[in-house]
Amino acid sequence: MGAAHGHSLHYHGHSVLHRTPVHAKIVGLLAFVSVVVLTPGAYVLAFAAYAIIIAVLVAVSEVPVRYVLRRLWPVVPFVGVALLLPVVATGERVDVGPVSLAVEGLRGGLTLLLKVLLAATSAVLFAATTEPRELVRGLDQLRLPQPLVQILAFMLRYLEVVADEVRRMSIALTSRGFRARSPRHWPVLARTLGALFIRSYERGERVHLAMVSRGYTGRMPMRHTPAAVRDWARVAAVPAAAALALVTAALLPVGRLP
Amino acid sequence: MHVPDGFLDGPTSLATVGVATVAVAAALRGARRELDDRTAPLAGLVAVFVFAAQMVNFPVGAGTSGHLMGGVLAAVLVGPWTATLALTVVLVVQALAFADGGLTAIGTNVTLIAVVAVWVGYGVFRLVQAVRPQSHRLIPFAAAIGALVSVPAAALVFTGLWAVGGAAPIDLGLLATTMISWHSLIGIGEAVITFLAVSAVLSARPDIVHAARHLTSQPELQVRTAAETSS
Repeated sequence: MGAAHGHSLHYHGHSVLHRTPVHAKIVGLLAFVSVVVLTPGAYVLAFAAYAIIIAVLVAVSEVPVRYVLRRLWPVVPFVGVALLLPVVATGERVDVGPVSLAVEGLRGGLTLLLKVLLAATSAVLFAATTEPRELVRGLDQLRLPQPLVQILAFMLRYLEVVADEVRRMSIALTSRGFRARSPRHWPVLARTLGALFIRSYERGERVHLAMVSRGYTGRMPMRHTPAAVRDWARVAAVPAAAALALVTAALLPVGRLP
Repeated sequence: MHVPDGFLDGPTSLATVGVATVAVAAALRGARRELDDRTAPLAGLVAVFVFAAQMVNFPVGAGTSGHLMGGVLAAVLVGPWTATLALTVVLVVQALAFADGGLTAIGTNVTLIAVVAVWVGYGVFRLVQAVRPQSHRLIPFAAAIGALVSVPAAALVFTGLWAVGGAAPIDLGLLATTMISWHSLIGIGEAVITFLAVSAVLSARPDIVHAARHLTSQPELQVRTAAETSS
């Protein structure tokens, strides 16, 4: 890989979260996010508990909070959508100051905001504590079909290489005085894409031939990391705590939205 | 933009996982026909290409810019099955490594982008191409029309999913009009970029363009002895 200190997506560390086998972590993450997503919007207390669980995990992982927050940018547009829902939703409306807002929209928007943020934060934490190479191994261990695992492996292995290629092409354009300012410049950018495709495709052919000449038969040997009972127990604790919070919130008579 | 967690309810998300699973299983079989044993390395590099192509910002004006989705571009260049696989992997990586697109929404995103956008776009492409199948020059136009249709088609399917299991009730007529008109604009950009990129690849390496494969003659490998070549 091009980068000297591993992948930019991964925050190097040695915490419990870093050390847990990836396939167990994926199962735990999916279970936790599923509990979050399936929680009815009225149980505000449950969402507070999820936030605490995630905060504890971030603290344990030793990943800086600022790093986690910075990587949350893909969900920003959806925060906008959540804020827009009360305005555009149908049904019963209430007047808040000068604007009339839909009750269902307020409820749906708030729930959506909480779910999007909680789920995305857990995904960022997972990504930050997992090396891309380990991710491939984890998905293979979870019996994702072999071809998909291999495509994934190739993608992650060459991601930096091709991203660097894009960067070099754009530097080459810039150093010749090109600056993309308006749609008039699209032809130049699109030709760059065409060249990028040809380079990627040819690289794929070269890699394939190189692999065949080294005895590639369509499978890639991968050493699996066994997960001990202790690992599974640790992983299961996270969604279990969330499920417990959900049940408690459902039974408690307080802390519920009308 | 990908659907995040919490947008659609449990049953709807689960149903899209079913659709995505069936489609990806079919694509795994289909891609073997398009690429034989080169499937993994080539589809992997196509996935990287789609991912990297999405990094290139196309200025729209007034300080905003957009990027390519690349479904139809990939389908025309390497075939629809491989495109489905490549985009599926791109979406999985974006969800697991970038928190872009929800984990429980992965079925939804694969259905919308890797299945609906790719196949509707490719279907339209083939229909247009059928007008003059032997024409080289028609290919970029046909790809552009496919790309133009693919984006609002995915938006329309999303509207349908929201109607079944959305997070809050919205007037469906309004949602459909907004989604489709907005995504038609995006589709125009997608069409222009697809047109230009397909033209660029066609002029440089027509032999590797899947949709033009029947137009380029692939000469047989000839083995000659030294005596034959020198004469």
